[in-house]
Amino acid sequence: MTQKRVAITGAQASANAMRQINPEVVAAYPITPQTDVMHAFAKFVADGKVDTELILVESEHSAMSACVGAAAGGVRAMTASAANGIALMWEIIYIAASNRLPITMNVVNRALSGPINIHCDHSDSMGCRDAGWLQFYSESAQEAYENTLMAQKVSEHPQVLLPSMVCQDGFITSHAVEVVDLLDDATVKNFIGNYTPKYPLLNYEQPMTSGPVDFYDYYFEHKKQQMDAMEKAKTVIHNVFNEFEKITGTHYDFFEGYQLEDAETVLVAASSSAGTIRVVVDKLRSQGKKVGLLKIRVFRPFNNELITKKLENAKAVAILDRSATFGGFGGPLFTEIRSAFYEKTKKPTIINYIYGLGGRDLTVELVQQAYSELEKPKQGPTVRTLGVRE
Amino acid sequence: MTDPNTPPREPRYNKKYGYKEIPIGGMITDFMSSEEYKSGDWRTFRPIHIPEKCTHCMICWTLCPDSSIITKEAKFIEFDYYHCKGCGICAKECPFKAIDMKDEKEFRD
Ligand code: SF4
Ligand code: SF4
Repeated sequence: MTQKRVAITGAQASANAMRQINPEVVAAYPITPQTDVMHAFAKFVADGKVDTELILVESEHSAMSACVGAAAGGVRAMTASAANGIALMWEIIYIAASNRLPITMNVVNRALSGPINIHCDHSDSMGCRDAGWLQFYSESAQEAYENTLMAQKVSEHPQVLLPSMVCQDGFITSHAVEVVDLLDDATVKNFIGNYTPKYPLLNYEQPMTSGPVDFYDYYFEHKKQQMDAMEKAKTVIHNVFNEFEKITGTHYDFFEGYQLEDAETVLVAASSSAGTIRVVVDKLRSQGKKVGLLKIRVFRPFNNELITKKLENAKAVAILDRSATFGGFGGPLFTEIRSAFYEKTKKPTIINYIYGLGGRDLTVELVQQAYSELEKPKQGPTVRTLGVRE
Repeated sequence: MTDPNTPPREPRYNKKYGYKEIPIGGMITDFMSSEEYKSGDWRTFRPIHIPEKCTHCMICWTLCPDSSIITKEAKFIEFDYYHCKGCGICAKECPFKAIDMKDEKEFRD
């Protein structure tokens, strides 16, 4: 295996993963900050670097519909989107998962309108958390690249057959140039393997119907199958992570700890914020403070058993949610992590910070503030905001 | 006249299968199998044939939107109650008033 070290953006890293996967069909519609993914990928198409049929559709609703059609036909189909684009394809997002089509979508996380905003938060993908898609969150351009490759393989596994969202932070990751190690094409091709669709429509030998009406007598059974596939995906993800680790030498997990072993206070976050928190962890550790970080790589399926094991030794944990749940008890990461601890006897105090909405920076100072508040976690409400002006 | 309580064919999909037994994603993998899916169970009114009045003109057969008039050699034989939705078009259009619509409740045990 050879690697190429390049300086590219997160968006270009995703596009490179797509190039190496070389899907038969890509359908997309531009939306900031996703556009750079398709910009880079369209160039690969124009330069003849892929065999992909690139369908330039008139909306995201059509983009996902074209992917559903292509995937039902029996080929690899991919797309990329963000925020309002995801909102517009919402109906078909559910259909892709319900029809069990392993489509991979790069999501460049951006706040949902309104007021209109083009910067990062996770309200778009978190809004899809119950749609039946696998969800991978990427801290860096490197992770956006690697997660796309691994997601594709997990999605296509016969025991899974569910679509994947591979998320990276809008602008923060998608537009920042980083050093990325790209695998050589042959290694990726070998890792991804050939795709054998389970129920291809383009099969004259066995005509089939995809997406028929499904009422009270069978709809529920099909939903149960989806729940089952999500559960099985946990094992498949674990195995794919191990297989990829053998290639890259990097260790992958659903949740990745940093200075977690003896940490008394822990912050939990997804995507680029983990990088900022890591800097603060180093700083506070040098002052003798027992602080740690747990990064969320996989949110769907949610590995509830594993996360309690990772966090049970801490005294106080703050879950950082980059999306608000209006009228709910905390953000999506918080509610699920806290709920996972309900049956456990050994558990930390768990609080929630809503932060970074609409691209508000998570600064080093804010992370320090969170760690210092965690020393007395019960002073103040369980669900708080971080970095909003009074 | 055929007893309306003895339908002509036993649909295979009368049995309700469990989630582990069926194809994923709602895929229908059996080509041309819709006929075997019992879709007449939400009927409110049931058409009843009156053979004495029937001239076998085949107007009901032409107009039934669910292909639920079973014929043989251009003769009315019976209704396919597994697929008849009870819409009443056959009864309304029969020029000889040879079809009566009855409340489905009358046929419940
Ligand atoms: S339309 Fe009436 S008369 Fe004609 S075949 Fe049907 S039942 Fe008989
Ligand atoms: S009631 Fe409607 S569906 Fe039933 S046999 Fe008559 S026309 Fe066909």
